[in-house]
Amino acid sequence: MRVSRLPWDLMVLLGLLIAGSLLASFFIPGFLDFRYLLDTSTLHAEAGILALAMTFVIVSGHIDLSIASNMVLSAVFAGLMLKSGMNPPLVIGLTCVASTLLGTLNGVLVVLFRLPSFLVTLATLAIYRGTAQALLGPKSVAIPKEMVGLDQSLVAGIPWPTAIFVMLAIVSGLLLHRTVFGRWTFAVGTNEEAAVYAGLPVARIKIWVFALAGLAAGICALLIDSRLGVARHDLARGLELDVITIAVVGGCAIRGGKGSIPGTVLAMLLVMLIRTAMGVANVKAEYQLTAIGLLLVLAVGFGGLRGSPRATKVNL
Amino acid sequence: MPLNFYRLTPVVLALIVSFGCSSTEPQTDSGPTPVAGAKMKLVFIPKSTGNPYFNQVAKGFEGASGIEFSSQAPATADATSQLAIIKEQVQRGVNAIALSANSPDALNEALDQAKAKGVMVLTVDSDLTGNESHRDVGILPTNFKKIGPAQIELLGSQIGYEGEFAILSATTDAPNQNAWIETMKTELKNPKYAKMKLVEIVYGDDEPQKSSTEAEALLTKHPKLRGIISPTSVGLAAAAQVLDNSGLYPGGAKATGQGIVLTGLSTPNQMKKFVEKGVVASFQLWDPADMGVIATHIASNKLTLKPGDSFEVPGKGKFTVEENNVVYAGQLLTFNKENIGKYDF
Amino acid sequence: MKREWIALLLIAILCLAVGLAEPRYLQPRSIDSILLWMPLTVVLAMGQHLVVITGGIDISIGSILAFAGIGVGLLLKAQPGLPIPLAFACGIAIGLVLGFVNAALIVWLRLAPLIATIGTLAAFRGLTFALSKGDQIDGSTLPDGLTSLASNGVSAGGVTVSWLLVIGLGVAGATALFLRFGAAGRALFAVGSNAEAARLRGVSLSKATFVAYSTCGALAGLAGVMYAARFGFVNPGSAGQNFELTVIAAVAIGGAKLTGGSGTVTGTLLGCLLLSCINVALSTLGIDANWQLLAYGTVILAAIVVDGIRSKAEVAR
Repeated sequence: MRVSRLPWDLMVLLGLLIAGSLLASFFIPGFLDFRYLLDTSTLHAEAGILALAMTFVIVSGHIDLSIASNMVLSAVFAGLMLKSGMNPPLVIGLTCVASTLLGTLNGVLVVLFRLPSFLVTLATLAIYRGTAQALLGPKSVAIPKEMVGLDQSLVAGIPWPTAIFVMLAIVSGLLLHRTVFGRWTFAVGTNEEAAVYAGLPVARIKIWVFALAGLAAGICALLIDSRLGVARHDLARGLELDVITIAVVGGCAIRGGKGSIPGTVLAMLLVMLIRTAMGVANVKAEYQLTAIGLLLVLAVGFGGLRGSPRATKVNL
Repeated sequence: MPLNFYRLTPVVLALIVSFGCSSTEPQTDSGPTPVAGAKMKLVFIPKSTGNPYFNQVAKGFEGASGIEFSSQAPATADATSQLAIIKEQVQRGVNAIALSANSPDALNEALDQAKAKGVMVLTVDSDLTGNESHRDVGILPTNFKKIGPAQIELLGSQIGYEGEFAILSATTDAPNQNAWIETMKTELKNPKYAKMKLVEIVYGDDEPQKSSTEAEALLTKHPKLRGIISPTSVGLAAAAQVLDNSGLYPGGAKATGQGIVLTGLSTPNQMKKFVEKGVVASFQLWDPADMGVIATHIASNKLTLKPGDSFEVPGKGKFTVEENNVVYAGQLLTFNKENIGKYDF
Repeated sequence: MKREWIALLLIAILCLAVGLAEPRYLQPRSIDSILLWMPLTVVLAMGQHLVVITGGIDISIGSILAFAGIGVGLLLKAQPGLPIPLAFACGIAIGLVLGFVNAALIVWLRLAPLIATIGTLAAFRGLTFALSKGDQIDGSTLPDGLTSLASNGVSAGGVTVSWLLVIGLGVAGATALFLRFGAAGRALFAVGSNAEAARLRGVSLSKATFVAYSTCGALAGLAGVMYAARFGFVNPGSAGQNFELTVIAAVAIGGAKLTGGSGTVTGTLLGCLLLSCINVALSTLGIDANWQLLAYGTVILAAIVVDGIRSKAEVAR
């Protein structure tokens, strides 16, 4: 049933994307410039990759507010290791391990103490960013030249971060929609009790999902280090809300059990389109803020009007 | 079928909003390449929206002839959001960017790209300290080396050059704040200030709540405190409110001894009430608009400047380019009960 | 052990430990500071408390606070002689309307509360900028009668309970009475613990949702005016920014379950007190500014985990 509903939502998002692009290209001078659009896509790649992982978390019925803080801490961690002269492949590996552990910690706390993920990750949001600040203080750590500028180098005509996003989108699409793990994630999010009775390893699935969010944070940490050339504790403030917005516009139901990777990808493109088009059209940031808020509310709201029976339960 | 229509609504709405707003901007030329002879496009990117200080800087940009000026600020003071704005503005085809940087180094790559496309990059108020090569000219409010000594003297003269004082700053990583605090520390070595003791530097993160709590904690921790310097407008206003509430200012209801003297940097409008009430006797700032005027002059005349050069800005006088291509825009003004009514910013 | 006792124990341990390290922490001046930190959080937390009881959440309170603060500020600018109670009434009315919008999105568009209010968090903030045209409300606009609510109050033994805190405690008292004796208040619990059973008993989910979110909005509007009184200015960008996280932490530490149906006003009040004590302690101890966020997060996590252990033990019994 889920699969049969998918293409419909996707077609709507796709239609919006095409209509929006056409309108923007037609009305906004300077918008239709593929080199610029590809270049600007590197700014959104991190949010996109985090949203892919967030899709898993939300489908499982949870949320990870600490994902951006995790990214910042891992970025600082990677920067400090690189500065100390460690060789880059090792740093890449260690960063991903560290960020995955931070993600796992969220999962363990949620499972072990039966706490709402919203609360746990609200606290770790402060702890992870706080650790980054404690490690680095007011200073920033410079990333060695050879690691900087991944966003300016191309693979098959596409900037690397965007290419990595595409690859990860394919991998996570397969993982969520074509594997047992993906089915279990849906099962846990749809009805946890039923999943327990069906004998699924519910606790382990939850921890894995949070670990996945951590891994994505690590990958993005390396991308943002390479893009900015410095690591600081105050990067990407509030990015977690952008990430959740993308996932939800893409069709993730915050109550769990619903969501898709293609939807998240299209939503990422849609948010990018709106932000970029309004930016090039010189619309003030505060109106952009209002527009994104409206998009979120209306996209989900009119989706909800179709009347999913689950929507009668007021909950997180 | 109605679903399709509903689902379309948000983006249609968003696009209508975007076109509605964009249509008010005159569209003189199109495409990313600056066109010679067309009206020059200059954009000012402050640290964040809603900041009275940067609103006044923006006033200095306005009204110059032959310039199409606009201002585009991120909703929060964050380097990563300024980065997107820089790219968008370059794509919009601006000829010059005046930037108050939220980070001394995270914007380097984006600014290099802008310069490679022939866009003049000026920093205004907040420079890329240590990364000056990534911009053309830095326009700073006034000689930083003079701010610290002036603030110490302003406080010292009110407490008889004797006693403990503290500094309430913004965030630990605010480059201007840190530069000014350094010059204050240096100035304290002057024998004139030998009896003044800096007991603590606290950070209110430019949040009213945190700044108030920090100011209150200063009063708790240091019973012998004689003065507070807050070189940031949020901090100064919060500290003034705390002194007002507690009545500990000189002449206040609960002042012990001579009371606690507060001074710092802020705009007159934000402090008018406290000066009139006597909570704060005097504080300082420059006219932020001067920086806008000078930036506009440099951009519209396409001045290529190097250290040692000097140039004349009509109505503002002669300016010399200092080391690292820095221009100091104005003079430090001291505001007090007598003159505060004359200013409106 | 009851939730409130644990919160009280945590507060006592904290105060004792900090007091040992820095005896001035227990002096009247510092206690004043703790008491002044509380009012805004208490008023916002009471609104959030109602929403959390229904099993929902309201992320947008900080933006409502800013919108109401700016709105009332502009009103005072246009009508300098506006009586203070009327200013408060206007703030409450503005907040009520915005809270009603949240409820409408949740009930009529069937949005999940988290999503609806993340959306309005951005949208209301954007509208605040539009309303203020980017200018902040300066102190000279705000009458002394308003700002003195933070400095004046009931004094006893060198400690001042400001009028703002009196307002906060009044709101808390009213909330407690409403939840205990009001039919609509009891309906919130019914809806939060089992929406389906509540419906069968004739309790309307939509009505309860409208009551909770509109009240929450109204209290955020009240907090907007209190914010102006406390800080003497309202900035469209920084006013209320990130308050939602503090307030939700306060409610959660107070023992209200985010899944709905449980929570006491006393618990939430103690949650506010604990956060207040922590914040003032961080400043009073002079903890390096760069370590404060980490310390803050750790304490909150500890409080949440303690609650998790307690309720797990309760289930086991």
